[in-house]
Amino acid sequence: MTDLAASGALPKPKRDVLPVLLPVILALAVAPLIGSASSWVTLTVASLAMGMMIFIMASGLTLVFGLMDVLNFGHGAFIAVGAYIATLVLLPLAPYVQADSLLTNLAVLAPAAVLSMAVSGALGLVVERLLILPVYGQHLKQILMTTGGLIVAEQALYALWGPQIIPLPLPTSLRGSFIIGDVVIAKYRLLAMLVGLVVFAGIQLVLNRTKIGLLIRAGVENREMVEALGYRIRRLFLGVFMVGSGLAGLGGVMWALYREQVHASMGNDLTVLVFIVVIIGGLGSIGGCFIGALLVAMVANYGGFLVPKLALVSNILLMVAILMWRPRGLYAVTSR
Amino acid sequence: MTELLSLAGVHTHIGRYHILQGVDFSVAEGQTTMLLGRNGAGKTSTLRTIMGLWQASAGRISLHGRPIEHSATPDIARLGVGYVPESMAVFSDLTVKENLVLAARDGPLDDARLEWIFGFFPALKRFWLSRAGALSGGQKQMLSIARAIVEPRKLLLIDEPTKGLAPAIVVALIECFAEVKRRGATILLVEQNFFAARELGDSVLVMDNGKIVHRGEMAALASDVALQERLLGLSLETHQ
Repeated sequence: MTDLAASGALPKPKRDVLPVLLPVILALAVAPLIGSASSWVTLTVASLAMGMMIFIMASGLTLVFGLMDVLNFGHGAFIAVGAYIATLVLLPLAPYVQADSLLTNLAVLAPAAVLSMAVSGALGLVVERLLILPVYGQHLKQILMTTGGLIVAEQALYALWGPQIIPLPLPTSLRGSFIIGDVVIAKYRLLAMLVGLVVFAGIQLVLNRTKIGLLIRAGVENREMVEALGYRIRRLFLGVFMVGSGLAGLGGVMWALYREQVHASMGNDLTVLVFIVVIIGGLGSIGGCFIGALLVAMVANYGGFLVPKLALVSNILLMVAILMWRPRGLYAVTSR
Repeated sequence: MTELLSLAGVHTHIGRYHILQGVDFSVAEGQTTMLLGRNGAGKTSTLRTIMGLWQASAGRISLHGRPIEHSATPDIARLGVGYVPESMAVFSDLTVKENLVLAARDGPLDDARLEWIFGFFPALKRFWLSRAGALSGGQKQMLSIARAIVEPRKLLLIDEPTKGLAPAIVVALIECFAEVKRRGATILLVEQNFFAARELGDSVLVMDNGKIVHRGEMAALASDVALQERLLGLSLETHQ
């Protein structure tokens, strides 16, 4: 047999399922420590909801990083801007937000989310053209430019909206919880999980079933060869950057509703968390980012319940542990 | 004979290194031109500079008389230039099919052309839906070449395609390149394998220290052992 005729079969690719199982293993491992089944379920649902929101915020960043090797420390600005834009819709339409009707609530929530994504995406276009385009391939300058961009954005939000924390109450029909026996599950957390799953499925669908998705996956692996095939990868990157910024805006809206408040520093606060998720997952890996987000949220919730003093450093400890096990993250994609 | 590609006084710097030091040559349309030389002579750099992957710091590169030395890589590819790098650069996370779908820039895959390619490389048909990363080295090379010819191209830049491959695959590659040429493509081929070079080459360029030091007919070089030893430091006959 020669490679030419290839009468044999290819070696079966090893399915790397351990990272996928990690959240399950972690959830089962802490169950005996938590003791109460209802507390465990509540904490697990809270972790999944928080993880989905972090994933929405981080998904764009991992593609930007993987596709063009761009370090965007200003990603948090899109999160904060998304949240503030939502207040422009939700606060003036407070009667509809406070109405005791799911349909009415969603009728204002949906346009708020869409507007936030659109504005964050448009801001992404400006940031890519003005701040990132001049510093392609120069990591130090990227860090300086994007960190500067984040500071400017934060100060601009203070200037426009003031320094105070803006309350952003949850819509009435999303308040409260479903109670099943002893188990309490917050309604909004279910919505966050649902939105996160839809975003994850949508990204997977685009990446695996469309030519643009193929180009993104190929570009993450070898952008030079994508260009040699005749595709202008910078345009593709601009599109990914805008979509990633838009998703960060959506994540910002969801996070703000989760915390029921908006503050200009929220983007800055979440930047570190989002970077930890992207690094844990493996640069450029959407699947890794998804699992990384769940792990970060689970460690934060379980850790906060079991060892409250560890809550502040739990994410860093998780990242150290994962990188000691897999130095390039859970699912390494790029060779860079 | 019509000139398809020409380089005049092309210099390329990579950082502080001066790699190409005034490269001049032309490639005739419809011919296969071999680019030979010792390791480090500048052959790969020449292909990368033509492709726009490295920017020429001086000189002119023209394709069909149109200057391309300042063009971006995608624009050069869209002028009908296919590139097979030495590293093969298949997208290992994508399937064989997905690699070829991406390469078919102008539309859906042409079934007749695919069957023509499968005639040379049956392994690609067999592993159509397999991840390219799971292919053997030879199969990855087949895929890399298939990607360059999945649509008709005017000019193919191919970098050491037979390196490290089994003789049966080398023969298949030679048949493939000969057929591609018969269909009208022009080929600029970096090659170290004498058997392949002699079978395929119409003309030959020899590089040394970033310059062209010899140009002529491939047949003339193949039959002149003394010239081979002077230019390449060894006889091609002993280097197959």
